[in-house]
Amino acid sequence: MKKNLILIIFAVFICANGCADTKSHSTAVYMLMDTSGTYKKQLTQAKAIINYLLGTLQSGDSLAVARIDSSSFSEKDIIAKMTFDQRPSAANKQKLMFKKTVEDFIMNVQGSSHTDITGGILQAVEYIEETGAGKKSILIFSDMEEDLVKGHTRDLDKINLNLTDYRVVALNVIKLGSDQIDPAKYYDRLAVWENRVKERGGAWEKLGDLKRLESLMAN
Amino acid sequence: MAFTELLNVTDSSSLNFLIWFMVIVCMLYFARKFAHEAILSFCKIFRNGLRLMAKSALLAEKKVSERNREVILTTGKEAVEKMLEREFHRVNAVVQRDLSGFPVLKRALFDQISRIDEDYMQSSELPPPPPEWVEAVEAIAKLPYDGNGNKAVANILNEIHKSTLSQYKNAMEEYRKAVGAHHSALNRLMPYWRKLTQTLGEVGKTITGLQERSVQIDKQMDKYEEILSKTDKAERMLTSSSITQFFISGLVLLIAVGGAIVNFNLIALPMSEMVGGGSYIGGFKTSNVVAMIIIMVEVAMGLYLMESLRITRLFPIIGQMDDKMRTRMIWITFGILLILACIESSLALMRDTIALNNQALLQTLSGEDVLQPANAWIPMVGQMVMGFILPFVLTFVAIPLESFVQSFRTVLGVLSTLLLRILAFLMRLVGNIIFNLGCFTVNLYDVIIFPPLYLENYITSTKQNMVQNKRKEKEAVK
Repeated sequence: MKKNLILIIFAVFICANGCADTKSHSTAVYMLMDTSGTYKKQLTQAKAIINYLLGTLQSGDSLAVARIDSSSFSEKDIIAKMTFDQRPSAANKQKLMFKKTVEDFIMNVQGSSHTDITGGILQAVEYIEETGAGKKSILIFSDMEEDLVKGHTRDLDKINLNLTDYRVVALNVIKLGSDQIDPAKYYDRLAVWENRVKERGGAWEKLGDLKRLESLMAN
Repeated sequence: MAFTELLNVTDSSSLNFLIWFMVIVCMLYFARKFAHEAILSFCKIFRNGLRLMAKSALLAEKKVSERNREVILTTGKEAVEKMLEREFHRVNAVVQRDLSGFPVLKRALFDQISRIDEDYMQSSELPPPPPEWVEAVEAIAKLPYDGNGNKAVANILNEIHKSTLSQYKNAMEEYRKAVGAHHSALNRLMPYWRKLTQTLGEVGKTITGLQERSVQIDKQMDKYEEILSKTDKAERMLTSSSITQFFISGLVLLIAVGGAIVNFNLIALPMSEMVGGGSYIGGFKTSNVVAMIIIMVEVAMGLYLMESLRITRLFPIIGQMDDKMRTRMIWITFGILLILACIESSLALMRDTIALNNQALLQTLSGEDVLQPANAWIPMVGQMVMGFILPFVLTFVAIPLESFVQSFRTVLGVLSTLLLRILAFLMRLVGNIIFNLGCFTVNLYDVIIFPPLYLENYITSTKQNMVQNKRKEKEAVK
């Protein structure tokens, strides 16, 4: 009898382990906001995107918002980060806190002299890997014009950055004054980033119309 | 050296083709007998194998249909027996309720009738007494005439007249009194008549009800006899009834599934508050799985409750329990259902709160003022009531489920016999096609090697002609 009971418990344990889902179903989104002088005015639009993300993300999902400044590869540049509670009611409270933090930042943001997008991406990957999320997205709210401080190097080949399973979305890529003179610069800039992401196994998307973000996030 | 080069006997390709064609035709001619036999035996193997399989399928179909017949008739017999039992119980109840007091009723009827009889007797009119003065008048009239105008007679008659008038008045008064008494006696009869009519009406109703029941019993008995004699009509009737039951119960089960989905949606969201919204079991949200399990448990409890109440008979072990145990089981399952209904009701309340919170959050995020919806208590109460009622509604799934399971057996049997029949037909068809294809191939073989065959026929007929000519010559010499 005792032997049978042990066997049954063992079988149930095996079944329970077999049924356990090892794949993570949570989503992690890391949003980079360009705070350089040329792009600072656009940040009000970023607020709308963050609010949309807060409304879309579910319990257990993670969201982080960071600024792109002269040297973005730093935890200090993370404005707010949060993994939402498993209980929806607690997650709602967290979302309201998150919203307030971001709004305060946008109101008091100081423009940076340089734009270190690559450093921001490196920081994003580091954060997302820590969350262990199944769906990984990096949203870059920028004109995608990288302007590093003299002496800073961002050699991705040396770092061996792996963007497999990542989706990198460039949002609100505005045309600069130089792009008006030569539109090829705009397309070249985008093509360079697309190559960088794709070469490292990531999926690249560019979103001009922010209304399309809904369908993008749904996918 | 390539194989194609080996085939080139001459430089001319057409000549090569002709040579090889002739070689092949010759080879085919020499192998004709064996080739024919091989082709035909190969096709026969297939045909015979398929025929055997078709025969097996038909045998299996026969066995399955026999088994189906047995199952259908047994099920039908049990159902009719149950119906008959129920009809007899009803008749017994009617007899016990209405006819058990028949002796009392009979006595009451007799009493009422005897009272009516007595009253009727009292009400009969008494003939008036014969007028005695008529004889006195006749006697006086016979007196002889005295010549003075018979004054004495006239006086007597006057006196008689006076007394007759007074008597007449008295008699009339008495007669009126008597008639009045008779009328009042008849008046007293009226309620008795009414009561009697009412009592007889009740008896009539009972008898009519019993007659209707007896008609039903007769019908069921006819059906029962047909089932017992295992007629084809009974089988057809029961099969068609089973198929109808299958579709009807299937439809009701679909409706129940709809109810379960509504129930699921009602409790899945608040479950995420209890078990977490981000955990998964095998690709499904844990909250959804838990909500589904709760609904399943409700359905299971409903099944046990229905079983304990002996409404369904899916689990014989519950039906066989003694009444005390069964009653306990009824209360336990009902208690669990009630607890689950209360849990669902509270979850529905929680769902409403979560939905309002989510709405408020979305409004805040979109920069709008948070608005409290008017009459928010109406959907809240509605959800709570639904959460409470749905577990009990799901309890009744047991009834269509039982019908579905029982009729499914019949439908499955009918379908399998049909499939086996089709399979047997197809096997025979394929077997015959293969055999005929073999015959066709044999004929085609002969068409390909027609030159040597023609030559063979020509040589054979020439030889035969020569032999016949020689024979004729010999006969002529003789």
